[in-house]
Amino acid sequence: MREFGYLLRAEWTKFRTLRGQLVAATAAAVLVVLLGAVFAAGNHSSCSEGPKEVACPTPPLGPGGEAVADTFYFVHRTLSGDGTVTARLTSLTGVITYPPPNHDTIVPRVEGLARAGLMVKAGARPGASYAALAMTGTHGVRLAWDFTHEVAGAPGRVSGAAPRWLRLVRAGDTLTGYESVDGHRWTRVGVAHPAALPRSVQVGLFVSSPGDVTVEQGSLGGSIEQLRFTQATGVFDRVSVAGTAAGGDWRRDYVGGHAATDWEKYHRPPGLVASGDRLTISGSGEIAPSTDGFHLEGVLSGLYVGLIVLIVVAVLAVTAEYRRGVIATTLVAGPRRGTVLAAKAVVVGAVGFVAGLVATAVTVPVGVHVLRGNGIYVLPVPLGTELRVVVGTAAVVGLVSVLALALGAVFRRGPVAVIAAVAVTVLPVLLATASFVPEGLSRWLLRITPAAGFAVQQSIPVYPNAVGHHSPVDGYYPLPPWAGFAVLCGFAGLALALAGYLLRRRDA
Amino acid sequence: MEATIEVAGLRKRYGRTVALDGMSFTVTPGRVTGFVGPNGAGKSTTMRTIVGLDAPDAGHALVGGRVYRSLRRPLTHVGALLDAAALSPGRTGRNHLLWLAHSQGLPGHRVDEVLDEVGLSSAARRRAGGYSLGMRQRLGIAAALLGDPPVLLLDEPFNGLDPEGIVWIRGLLRTLAADGRTVLVSSHLMSELEDTAEHLVVVGRGRVVTDAGVAELVAAASDGRVTLRTAARAEAMSVLARAGATVATGARDTVTVTGLPADRVVALLTEHTVPFAEVAAHRASLSEAYMELTRDAVEFRPGEAR
Repeated sequence: MREFGYLLRAEWTKFRTLRGQLVAATAAAVLVVLLGAVFAAGNHSSCSEGPKEVACPTPPLGPGGEAVADTFYFVHRTLSGDGTVTARLTSLTGVITYPPPNHDTIVPRVEGLARAGLMVKAGARPGASYAALAMTGTHGVRLAWDFTHEVAGAPGRVSGAAPRWLRLVRAGDTLTGYESVDGHRWTRVGVAHPAALPRSVQVGLFVSSPGDVTVEQGSLGGSIEQLRFTQATGVFDRVSVAGTAAGGDWRRDYVGGHAATDWEKYHRPPGLVASGDRLTISGSGEIAPSTDGFHLEGVLSGLYVGLIVLIVVAVLAVTAEYRRGVIATTLVAGPRRGTVLAAKAVVVGAVGFVAGLVATAVTVPVGVHVLRGNGIYVLPVPLGTELRVVVGTAAVVGLVSVLALALGAVFRRGPVAVIAAVAVTVLPVLLATASFVPEGLSRWLLRITPAAGFAVQQSIPVYPNAVGHHSPVDGYYPLPPWAGFAVLCGFAGLALALAGYLLRRRDA
Repeated sequence: MEATIEVAGLRKRYGRTVALDGMSFTVTPGRVTGFVGPNGAGKSTTMRTIVGLDAPDAGHALVGGRVYRSLRRPLTHVGALLDAAALSPGRTGRNHLLWLAHSQGLPGHRVDEVLDEVGLSSAARRRAGGYSLGMRQRLGIAAALLGDPPVLLLDEPFNGLDPEGIVWIRGLLRTLAADGRTVLVSSHLMSELEDTAEHLVVVGRGRVVTDAGVAELVAAASDGRVTLRTAARAEAMSVLARAGATVATGARDTVTVTGLPADRVVALLTEHTVPFAEVAAHRASLSEAYMELTRDAVEFRPGEAR
């Protein structure tokens, strides 16, 4: 152990006494910051109403601070304290406007993630905390709360012959969802824990229907995403609200409502039609986290340039010794070759990490600040996520440096090792985010190459209830951040083990 | 630690080239041992094997009874100068020694001590890329001395040194040996080791040709011939032949005498009042002895290639 300490100190002395290596490592960090700053400064956004410039609209924020879409038709009344809302859904239908293949007709079809059901919400304000138990177009019963949480109930679809009973029971901050096919035998769907429900809440029925998304492979690779207006209509009866409910009529709100489409103007406006105890509600919209905005990791676009510089630094830490014959001196001073390699890896990895950390810790906050000043909407993320992007990306830079060092020890020739290191780290991620590579291949590149580690940069997750297309081109990685990081760790460890084996076996 | 180098039965082959072919010898402390042989005889490979850089196909090399790779802080046991040109050109001489010192847990002031010892203090803070070969040799020797080791291996330390440097290094080697250290110095030129090495390991084609003391080698190479110049050649020849010597006529007025030492020749001629001009005992030089020994072991000789 003491010997390792000596060799570690020696390797650090070696590194810091070559001015070229210090300059290059510093330049790598500066490059990332500069490229991020140039990118941020060059992006502007402005909005106007008529001739007047106004602040661009921003999406509402959910209870967790994330940007959300919160649009639906809500028929509600006040509930003060605990209580139960029950209703029977006898029909869920819808229309999709001008879908493929010919885009020339309005098709009567319910969107898969359209919802009709019960909701308890802190208020009619978009973004307010809620729990919703609903039948979906094609995904069965779902209990969702606070935009990012969702559990599934029984599958199936509703019709007059096969209605579905829904019940939502509030007890303090806990909401329990039940479903039934006959109104007698009830099955628990799950328990929701909305973060911020006041004592007095809005309770009632809702209908939403998100845009219909289709993705086509472009003829030159890449993909074309299309989104079109849809509307859903739910028919409820046997509606009851038990508990400390205020009496009076239902109140109606098109929460987060938008300007009416032609379909809504001329065919079916959103809203409630009551006939006896039968309530027919039509609505559109999406209740989900919003990913429409700038992802903060986008300011790190210069990372790959800095990374190539650091790869060269890491490779040279070993190949320059081979070129000059210094490796013999190193191995005479440290005949335990595995220990020498480990000391080199720690120094090179630490240099990469620190250079990466300086780069990300400056670029991310400064870049985001500049972008926001320029009117760009940067999606808000929790502090923990921002820290993960900053520190995780720095750790990826450190690990890529270790991988490059190991390849240097394997190949012993600088240019070969640099090309190999770039080919397995930077190249896959550039290809995967280039629009001309088929998406399936892109996903595999980001799963099975060391480039999987770049997943730690992804600040916006793919939520289970999110509508839309999430491709690598848009910054969505196939693996979760820490799984991707683990793949990179595995590759770095493997390369280091191979380098250690060869270093011990070969004559110096 | 018993500071002996023991090389036993080393064999090493690179493809079809045999580099070491049963190299065996022992180096003992207290004297400078010359390790000589023509280029390609296996000197460098042997030294690299001793310090664990090359793994032999067979045999072993021990330092103080231990395999080099098992030594802790190895530079405090063995100091080695293998290739003086092996330096990072961008690093100063002092920093080169500094990282080496750190690798052995040695303090920074030790670096300044050895720099002073080899006379490189004034150039220590210059980039090694600008050093002359002589300066690199001095830096390499400083590196070998850094851990104050009882064993020193120096591969061709005379290369590139000016005459003053050669005098300096000869003195240094003798001092180190006088301290009781084991000093193994390789060279392909025997003349460099004259007056320095007390013992010689002569190698050729990957194996030891001779392992002997310098005095012994010189005596063996000298065959005891005496050359005599005299105007009375016939008279001298008869006197000496009667005393039991083998005599032969040489060029002009010279006679070559074998079987009698020079002082006896002088005494006999004086006794018989035979006039003579010059008596010269033939004594082989170390270089001649070396040439004689390695004649068969030279890898490449002009005229040999077809």
